[in-house]
Parts: sequence; structure tokens; C-alpha cells
Amino acid sequence: MEVKSLEETLRTYDEINRRIENGEAVVITAEEVIELVAEKGVSRAAREIDVVTTGTFGIMCSSGAFFNIGHSKPRMKILEATLNGVPAYGGLAAVDLFIGATQPAKDDPLNKVHPGEFKYGGGHVIQDLVAGKSVLLEANGYGTECYPRKKLETWIALQELNQAYLFNPRNAYQNYNVAVNLSDKPIYTYMGMLLPNLGNAGFSSAGQLSPLLNDPFYQTIGVGTRIFLGGGAGFVAWQGTQHDPGIERSERGLPLGGAGTIAVIGDLKGMHSDWLWGISMRGYGCSLALGLGIPIPVVNENVMFYCAVQDGDILAPVVDYSKAYPNGTGEILGYVSYRDLRSGTITLEGKEVPTSSLSSYSKAREVALLLKKWIQQGRFSLNRPVESLPGSESGITFRNLTERPVKFSTEEVGG
Amino acid sequence: MNQTRKVVLRFPHESADQPLVCELALRFGLVFNILRASISPHREGLMVLELVGDTEKQEKGLAFLRDKGLDIEPLSQDIRKIERRCYHCGACVGVCPTGALYLDQKNYQVYFDENRCIACEFCVQSCPTHAMEALI
Repeated sequence: MEVKSLEETLRTYDEINRRIENGEAVVITAEEVIELVAEKGVSRAAREIDVVTTGTFGIMCSSGAFFNIGHSKPRMKILEATLNGVPAYGGLAAVDLFIGATQPAKDDPLNKVHPGEFKYGGGHVIQDLVAGKSVLLEANGYGTECYPRKKLETWIALQELNQAYLFNPRNAYQNYNVAVNLSDKPIYTYMGMLLPNLGNAGFSSAGQLSPLLNDPFYQTIGVGTRIFLGGGAGFVAWQGTQHDPGIERSERGLPLGGAGTIAVIGDLKGMHSDWLWGISMRGYGCSLALGLGIPIPVVNENVMFYCAVQDGDILAPVVDYSKAYPNGTGEILGYVSYRDLRSGTITLEGKEVPTSSLSSYSKAREVALLLKKWIQQGRFSLNRPVESLPGSESGITFRNLTERPVKFSTEEVGG
Repeated sequence: MNQTRKVVLRFPHESADQPLVCELALRFGLVFNILRASISPHREGLMVLELVGDTEKQEKGLAFLRDKGLDIEPLSQDIRKIERRCYHCGACVGVCPTGALYLDQKNYQVYFDENRCIACEFCVQSCPTHAMEALI
């Protein structure tokens, strides 16, 4: 009997794209595929399906946007700028700016009265721009012979900008912590409000729909992969910051905590404010919630096996955000599955703990369905990555900072 | 007819130090549960009450309190979910003590059952998009 390899090529990227062009591609979401594989098995499902679409929608703090506002007359080299009162970074060429998602407004009282509200920040500016609203730009410069202007106040809008693109250094975390509070006071974290004495548990992953959990070894997702980003099209630009492929994995190859990440880029002008939301986390700060989806080409059975992942297979580490997380002790209280997390309660230390999802499963589902529709309609093609993301064999790990003592001796400061 | 309902009482500053709510039990035989109270002498006060029992008695009791200058509104109007601001994450669901906010297990959308709300406002604090609003 012939033994077929799971790696045997069933279809190439070119063949998939030809089928997409002809409107013949068979596309299914990462949620729909679970039932199909249960019914027909990996081998048959892999032969029937060309593409599996994934999706996630959640708060992704390491996000931001670059843009060029065009030159004023006389010209100006921007030193400092704010957009609707939120500082933007001008340490680039004269009129290039960057705004980060978690940048609070200049006059925000922050946590002076704890927990602060963080009503408006960089994520909100990005959402307003994408929604077509005019945003107030206030800038100053120090004046040079080539850039004499020192002050600028004007309204700007997305369509008037030269280039405007989202460039997020870290999105789509492959699995994540479950946050709880073992202390006797409520705490306000980036994982939401956590009630005392294991009052609730915050989690944030689309689980079985999440892109990198459907391709745990980065076989098809890599640098250059075209993706759904914020309602438009974008690309994987690089490995994300804190990419940590080598962490311990389950038998199925699923990481037992935050592992791979991707940096992504995409044209803001093609995005929609339904998929980019400025958010405020009480006591923590502001940020951006966004929708991101990645199509997975079923090039072999192995790819299909991983796409059939279900919430019950994926385990997430439970971490105490009152002590272990802030102090970086690395202590894990236990592991729970996304099936349990999504059911509304998990059991921890003999206690029924209600769960708070911070990412939106219904929006993640919508992303995967929308991407499926785009591919079926021939509006979105797939491409082979130009370079793979570093895998567990790469030796890349997520290091913590090793602080080196700073000595203020006269010798060292050169005095 | 019996019914359970929740009301928000606002005390003007001149009546905040008077024993009025106990009259609901003494005069009108009403059973009530104080869900929330913020009352100080000579200041405007606020109380959220759950009333149990005969509808007619409840009306009489509340009319008595209105005569004493209290402003009374049903609770459901005071905590609102603004649908267009909600992206259905569920951050509010795990902190809601009564299950008034819940995720539907089929479509994973967040729904708000006003009747179960006790106006603790944990949802207001936990919502990343300000979709939950307290008017209390």
C-alpha cells in the first residue's frame, strides 16, 4: 500500500489563485472547517478545500500609523506635534509623523485620580481619521534656513494626506495569558477590570479562529503574506516584537502561552472605522482594537490538520495580575482551555470564576467570513511568503531586560 | 397583583436626614431590598431599591415618598447600553454580578437584561468603548 506524506503538495499557490480568479475557489472559515474535518477527516477535507480564512478582533496596543501631511508654505520641519491634542512623533523627515495607539492626550489626567479614564488617545485619532473626520494638527518647529516656519495649526483629513499607513509592530498574538486577581482589592489592568479574590478572569484571543493558532509552525504565514487589516488589505511586514516561537507546546504543536507575533502594515485609506476602534481601559490607558484576518492556503494535509484546531485543544496560562505579572515572577496558576473560557466560567482553585473576553469573537467571526467572501468574489488573492517567520528552531526567544547598574563616577561621564 | 421592580430614589438635601424609606415597611407593608445607597445629612442623596410585593401597595408607598419631595424613576432608564458603541467583546460580562449582561452562546453578542441590573456600574468601568452609560 502506498503511504502518502502529509506534506505532499495538493495544490500550489498559483493553482489556488487561478481558481480564485475563475471564481471556483472553495473557501471556508477556520470555524466551519472544524465540523467538516470531524465529518470527513483531514485527508478528504484537505482535498475539498482550497483556502481556510482566519480572523481576530481585539485590543492590540502595539499599533500605530505613519503619515505625511505635505509641505506648508513656507516649509516647516516639525519638531513636536499633536493631533486632536494627542502627541505624535515628529523625529522623522520634515512632515512625516507617527502616532501610537496608546498615546494619551497631552492634557489627560492619567492615573492622578485612580483609576483614570483615558478617554481619548492615539487609537481614537486613528479611528477618527479613518471615519473621515477632520483632525486638528498643532505643530511647532525650531526653524532652519530650509524650513523656516515655526508654528502650524490646521485641520487635516485622511484623504488629503500623501501617505497614511498603519504599521503595527506587534499584532495577532499566538495565544495569551488569562488574567486574574488574587488580591483583596479590584485592580485595573490592560486585561480589564479584575475583581478581587478570583472574582473574574480576563482573556483575549479568538482561539480556534485566531490566525497563528491555525498555523502554529508558520508554514504559510510569513513576511509578505497578504492579509485583512482594519477592513482593508495589508501585509505581514516582519516578525512581531516579542515573537517567541520556542515556548513549550502541546502535543498538537500549540503553544502554551503567548508565542508568535506579527508586525503588519496596510494602507489606512482603504480601511474602515468598523474595524479600527479607539478604546479606553480604565486605570491602564488608551489603545486600538482592530480586526485582522489571514487566509491559509491548503497546500497539503498537514496545513489542514492544523486548521482543524478547536477551542478545546488550546490551553492558556492563568496569571495573577495583582502580583505575579507586575513583578514578572513568571508564576502560572494553571491552564484552562478556550472552550471553558468561552463558556462563561472556568474552575480555578475549586472556585467557579466568570470570564471576561476582551477580544470580540463575533467580530473575529465576521472578519473570517468577510475575507472568505472577498476570496470567493475574486477580490483577494493569496501569495507565498517572501521569507518565513522564525520558528522554534531559530533560537529566537523573548528575553527580559537585564539591568546593568549605572555608575555616576566622574570617569564614566567623562568629566 | 405582585411584582418585583427596581427604582432609583433621589432625596433633596432637606429630606436626606429623615427616616422615610422605613415607612415603606411600617405604613405600607412593603418588602424592599436596598441595592445601593449614598445618603449624607443635608446633601442630595441617592438610593436604589428593589421592591417586592403587591403593586397597589407599591404605588401608594412611592406616592408617599413623592409627597415628601423625593424624585423616583425606574432603574432601567438609568443604566443604558449604547448599541452602536458595543463591539461585543464581553469585558462587562465577567464583572456583572447578576448576569444582566451576558454573551449569547450562539452568536457571541452581548445582551443587556435591564430587569436583572442592580446598577453596580462595574460594566461602566470595564467597557473599553464607553458603551455602558450610567445616568444615576
